[in-house]
Amino acid sequence: MSMDIAIPQPVERENYLNKKYGVWSWLLTTDHKRIALLYLLSITFFFFIGGFFALLIRLELLTPAGDLVQADTYNKLFTMHGMVMVFFFLIPSIPAVLGNFLVPMMIGAKDLAFPRVNLLSWYLYVIGGVLMLHCMLTGGVDTGWTFYAPYSTNFTNTKIVEAGLAIFIAGFSSILTGLNFVVTIHRMRAPGMTWSRLPLFIWAHYATSIIQLLGTPVVAVTIVLVAAERALHLGIFDPKLGGDPLLFQHLFWFYSHPAVYIMILPSMGVVTEIIACFSRKRIFGYSFIAFSSIAIAVFGFLVWAHHMFVAGMSVYAALVFSLLSYAVAVPSAIKVFNWTATLYKGSIHYDAPMLYAFGFLGLFTIGGLTGLFLSALGINVHVTDTYFVVAHFHYIMVGGAVMGYLGGMHFWWPKISGRLYPEGWARLAALIVFIGFNLTFFPQFLLGYMGMPRRYYDYSHMPEFQVLNVLSTAGATVLGVGYLLPMVYFLWSMRYGKPAPDNPWNAAGLEWMTASPPTTFNFEEEPVVTWEAYNYEELDSPDKDAPRSQEVPVAR
Amino acid sequence: MPDSTAVLPQEEQRPELLHHFSDAEQQRDASSLGMWLFLATEVMFFGGLFCAYLVYRRWYFADFGAASKSIDATLGATNTAVLICSSLTVVLAVWAAQTARRTLLLLMLAITMLLGCAFLGIKAVEYKDKFEEHHVPGASFSFEHVPIPGHPDQYANPRHAQIFFSLYFVMTGLHALHMIIGLGIFSWLLSMAWKGRFTPEYHTPVEIGGLYWHFVDIVWIYLFPLLYLIDRHP
Repeated sequence: MSMDIAIPQPVERENYLNKKYGVWSWLLTTDHKRIALLYLLSITFFFFIGGFFALLIRLELLTPAGDLVQADTYNKLFTMHGMVMVFFFLIPSIPAVLGNFLVPMMIGAKDLAFPRVNLLSWYLYVIGGVLMLHCMLTGGVDTGWTFYAPYSTNFTNTKIVEAGLAIFIAGFSSILTGLNFVVTIHRMRAPGMTWSRLPLFIWAHYATSIIQLLGTPVVAVTIVLVAAERALHLGIFDPKLGGDPLLFQHLFWFYSHPAVYIMILPSMGVVTEIIACFSRKRIFGYSFIAFSSIAIAVFGFLVWAHHMFVAGMSVYAALVFSLLSYAVAVPSAIKVFNWTATLYKGSIHYDAPMLYAFGFLGLFTIGGLTGLFLSALGINVHVTDTYFVVAHFHYIMVGGAVMGYLGGMHFWWPKISGRLYPEGWARLAALIVFIGFNLTFFPQFLLGYMGMPRRYYDYSHMPEFQVLNVLSTAGATVLGVGYLLPMVYFLWSMRYGKPAPDNPWNAAGLEWMTASPPTTFNFEEEPVVTWEAYNYEELDSPDKDAPRSQEVPVAR
Repeated sequence: MPDSTAVLPQEEQRPELLHHFSDAEQQRDASSLGMWLFLATEVMFFGGLFCAYLVYRRWYFADFGAASKSIDATLGATNTAVLICSSLTVVLAVWAAQTARRTLLLLMLAITMLLGCAFLGIKAVEYKDKFEEHHVPGASFSFEHVPIPGHPDQYANPRHAQIFFSLYFVMTGLHALHMIIGLGIFSWLLSMAWKGRFTPEYHTPVEIGGLYWHFVDIVWIYLFPLLYLIDRHP
């Protein structure tokens, strides 16, 4: 509208970063871009806390004897590592940072549909996070991040209720983010931005949001039951009183399996954008990628019990869940084939975001294929609760989700900060992350297949596993360096980086047609979309002045 | 580039239209979709409990029947009637807002809140009865020698009955919590209506507040037969 036309300034254009200064202009902001940065700060904080726990775990496993920490401490370390990384880093990571920043811009909106709800979701996250920190500092939890009953309800005397409350509150933050995205995508699209013109990043976030909306409340009510059970000994999950611990596992995994797709789907969206841009091609099979996101979200709700094959549930149910787990591989494979087909005969540029996307492709494929091993009933029984499982889900959650997150951070950093990051360092960091990651987790596949159980702090009765554990710990150190580097040069670039042009990658998409960094309302005039998504052939053609260039058509 | 400052359409000058919406219709659609989605999460929230209920009802069929019979169905039926009436007053409140009948709107919002309080009061009486009968799960729980309906020589297993009462208290407790939140929303609506904020063009808060209220009513419509009526025979 009229109020938000930026007044040209002699020194620096007015943008969302310099429009207002001061702590309160950030803490009370309803601007989706500023909230994205608030999230970025807070999840980075939790990422390094979770990483610190991971480092201690790896250090303990350097030698077969349990010499660095006590058994109880070790239990708390892997529990807090899991809880922090899952609920306070991975779940919010791409949606709350990149999604928050980009969803309104990609569809040509001024903000999310409910800006105040968006701010509320960050505050809920922070309240949950502070509770989690308090819980950690005053003793922590030792049940594993899955807090299985009846251990969590009847036996452990660690801070289950407080950790549960922290996750419950953070869960509401996640629900509100998802709700905001769905409404925004439905109701706030710019004229001409039809569903089939949406960037696939948006489709991925749409699918993610559906899972957040429908899955999270189930884990929330499960936490309520665990807390009630601890306080009053109701017996709902206690076999001594006629309750069923398996019911807890069913309810828990009904959320926590789809939660994996909350982590990986946004990453797939990021990778889709990157691959199209750095191959300079329209994405291959647009609608297949779009609907495979939805299919993953739907199938994701039908496979939870594959976490429970050895828990004593019915063999017939196990057969069905095994079969359905295979079904998830179909839409996932559709995506991988379409990305590969996009690369075919593309003019590929090896910039840092693309290196992360390549990393994602390889690591996600390995993670996905080992997922099929685990869906097979026979192999599952053999490798349950071994390092094979640990390696598998780290290939998905770290090799997949975090690679995508870092790729996206590099790709959109010029838009977010208005500065270019140092490309050489970024490529080096991408390489270090890839090498470090594989060195950490590939040995764990071997360890697990040979029979090393997870969650053991002492393996002195099987010293033959030490070599692979040393490799893994060495890899974790390399990986740590790879994660620290981007943080250092991103911070460096905010002050010393070259100012970024509006569209440094010559990429398609509405977010690249605004200033870098954008103004508070993203677009000076409401854009009208007259082109298809990923029109790279058109962008790169010599006479590219036709339907779109820097000049955005204007509504009314 | 057309100058949009010259003539703003009427609705863009209204204070309740937030800056990031292009018109009032978009804002209304967004709010209403937002509430529907929120209600979908609520369905899943209660869904977990209904799932638990289903499992144990099948396992401990007769014990659940015996435990259910110990709850006062008359109070439950009265509460059901109270909530159905409150749904009617909510609909009338929305209609009053749409047709600019301020007095009727205030009256209907107030009656809805009164009915909500009546519901909670009756619920409190039920809880008190259960407390006195030692049917609250925990250390003092007791359900000894209660015959299974239709099998006067068999007694219900107290532990299994305790699971019924656990579910009873968790489900009706969370439902009551939703009622209390609803009362909070409605007192806010009442104060907004008092200040004359709602017009036929802008009454989305009444509508979506009403949606929430109806949802809470519908949850009760499922809770009532599952908890009170599973083993009543004429």
